[in-house]
Amino acid sequence: MTVKDISKIEGLRLAAEGNMELPVSRIFCCDLLSIAMGKAPAGCAWVTVMGNKNTVAVASLTDTACIILAEGVHLSEADRECAAGEGISVFETELPVFEAALALHRLKENL
Amino acid sequence: MSESITFRYEIPGDDFTRAGEASSDVKNKLKMMGVNNNVVRKVAIAMYEGEINMVIHADGGTITVDITDDNIRIVLADRGPGIADVEKAMEAGFSTAPENVRSLGFGAGMGLPNMKKYSDEMKIDTVLGVGTTVTMNIHM
Repeated sequence: MTVKDISKIEGLRLAAEGNMELPVSRIFCCDLLSIAMGKAPAGCAWVTVMGNKNTVAVASLTDTACIILAEGVHLSEADRECAAGEGISVFETELPVFEAALALHRLKENL
Repeated sequence: MSESITFRYEIPGDDFTRAGEASSDVKNKLKMMGVNNNVVRKVAIAMYEGEINMVIHADGGTITVDITDDNIRIVLADRGPGIADVEKAMEAGFSTAPENVRSLGFGAGMGLPNMKKYSDEMKIDTVLGVGTTVTMNIHM
């Protein structure tokens, strides 16, 4: 599964276009940046409701492939630009964290 | 022995919009130097946690990064309040971070444990009321 494949999931919209060809290694859910910093696997698709500049910084430093903001959380335009500049794509969705992660998991299993 | 390369950063205090810039810069430089990806990731994570700690607890400080052929040394020096109980501070989940920091997703008490986890050696020198110096080595 690549980041590009994720854009096929219904209910997710692409808010920042980074490197869409990156392969997705794992699906990771976490809202505490301190824990994400230590645990986010390289190349993961990270589902979170924490949407601020530091989310982008943590994603960049942990080599996260893309961020999925659940529960209708948005990133500011400046932060979206920052993410795209780092090659990290950002998706936004109204789905809760579990449903978003489940949709990702199903996609990954079926590819 | 070949020369070492040194980078030095002044970290401003209490500015979360800029926290992480120094770590990102080092990460990009190491990548450009062709350092192994896993080493780059360890350095980036360990240094970022230290950088955030300085912003939260110590009103900033300085970070010096020394790169040699086989090692990367990161020295984080601040003039903050010092750490009263280092052993306690090293416990996962122990935090003295204020509420405004927690609302940003930090302050889960994982900073120092993450720094230890991602560095090969870590040393903390701290004096109450004077400041803290954390030295981390990450081998290539």
